[in-house]
Amino acid sequence: MYSADFDYHRARSLADAQRLLAAHPGAKLLAGGHSLIPLMKLRLAAPSAVIDIGRIPELRGISRSGDSIRIGALTTHAELAASADLQKSAAALAEAAGLVGDPAVRSRGTIGGNVAHADPASDLPTVLVALDARITAVGPKGERTISADDFFTGIMTTALADDEVVTAIAVPASVRGQGSAYVKFAHPASRYAVIGAAALVSIANNRCSGARVALGGLLPHASRVRSVEKALTGKPLDAAAIEAAAALAQADLGSNVAGDIYASAEYRTAMAPVYVKRAVAAAAARAGLA
Amino acid sequence: MANDDREKSERSVSRRAFLKGGAIATGALSAALIPAVGAEAQLPDAVELDPRHSTVALKVNGVAYRKEIPNRTTLLQFLREDLKLTGTKMGCDRMQCGACTVIVNGRNVYSCTTLAVEAAGGEVLTIEGLAKDDVLHPIQQAFVEHSGYQCGFCTSGQIMSTKVFLDRMPNPTEDQARLALSGNLCRCAAYKKILESVMAASRLTRA
Repeated sequence: MYSADFDYHRARSLADAQRLLAAHPGAKLLAGGHSLIPLMKLRLAAPSAVIDIGRIPELRGISRSGDSIRIGALTTHAELAASADLQKSAAALAEAAGLVGDPAVRSRGTIGGNVAHADPASDLPTVLVALDARITAVGPKGERTISADDFFTGIMTTALADDEVVTAIAVPASVRGQGSAYVKFAHPASRYAVIGAAALVSIANNRCSGARVALGGLLPHASRVRSVEKALTGKPLDAAAIEAAAALAQADLGSNVAGDIYASAEYRTAMAPVYVKRAVAAAAARAGLA
Repeated sequence: MANDDREKSERSVSRRAFLKGGAIATGALSAALIPAVGAEAQLPDAVELDPRHSTVALKVNGVAYRKEIPNRTTLLQFLREDLKLTGTKMGCDRMQCGACTVIVNGRNVYSCTTLAVEAAGGEVLTIEGLAKDDVLHPIQQAFVEHSGYQCGFCTSGQIMSTKVFLDRMPNPTEDQARLALSGNLCRCAAYKKILESVMAASRLTRA
């Protein structure tokens, strides 16, 4: 399969990428290419120009600044999964990254490309919503930061403007008494999430003092299940309380659940509480250990 | 596909050699067909010719190449059609089967989903680069001894994934090996023998 012909430009720096984007309206940014290139080969996308940002040094790397961890947009899934800092302080993100696709996909796919692409069956958006991550983008009007809650707006649709480049994702580093986890029901062939559940819980005096729980894979975009969060808060996180809270996920999902030939909407809706329960239980166990 | 005719003669030679002499002959034969282009390695890795074409320089199996190609050329097409290195296979052509797996700068990469211009300046290792003269790489040896294939179409991808994996984790468990090769499908379902081969390869490479 050949994609349609396109002009190729390699950006040397972030400023260079912005200059190229301004000069080539309709151009697509290429990072790891593991979402864009398949779309182009299937001719679902046929940009006249591709701007390769894959080698911009300032977009790489994971670093801690104060109580948050800054992840450069070009950081690969393999690098996320292997990061000791993330494993310790944003466990759900390292965990989810290690479950994306397979090893070769993880060695090319990037977190910036993942969020900009916003595939509803992707893993990272669900985790980023649960962890209250913030996405930084740079455009002609300068830099802005968008919360993950507001960033994902629909199927493969985000709050990002055409002339903006995702530069970094910041996740709060978990503190003592906090834990996070991601579990998924992976499609057996593609490994995309049929259901993905991410949870961040805080425990104080043996009770849940706060929870953020998100579901992905079965919705147009990753979204919080607020009834579950509310039901968990104030409770001791024992198995019965987690199960009762997780059951409320169905009400939050409403009629937005999408089904396909592999798993119907009804099936996904029925299974969602199971994965919510597992994610919350795993997060609570980590919170207890922290 | 129009490329089929271009490839046909090359493929029939390789396949006959494979049937006659086994895996050793295939590697050696392909190696002999490679035009060595040494000196251009100093040039920039990708030069924009016109907006739709680039000159790409990269190293494959230690040999430096420099070629003018359309930008849309994947690394897989570049290897198979421009360099005639047909040991890397095109299976699904959409990063689901793993047959096209090669190693770029030490990382396992689906060559069907990587543009040649993206890999420019890099060091690529393909199945043709594993054997040294007539001596198979220990991983190849293990796959031969343990019949880690049936039809053989996915084998080069399986072996390249195994190479990256064992370079990082020389003494793995079977479960780790299963996960490491989870991106490489085998339609013959020779998974049991492939796993045996990987574990045998880990013993051979450590020996």
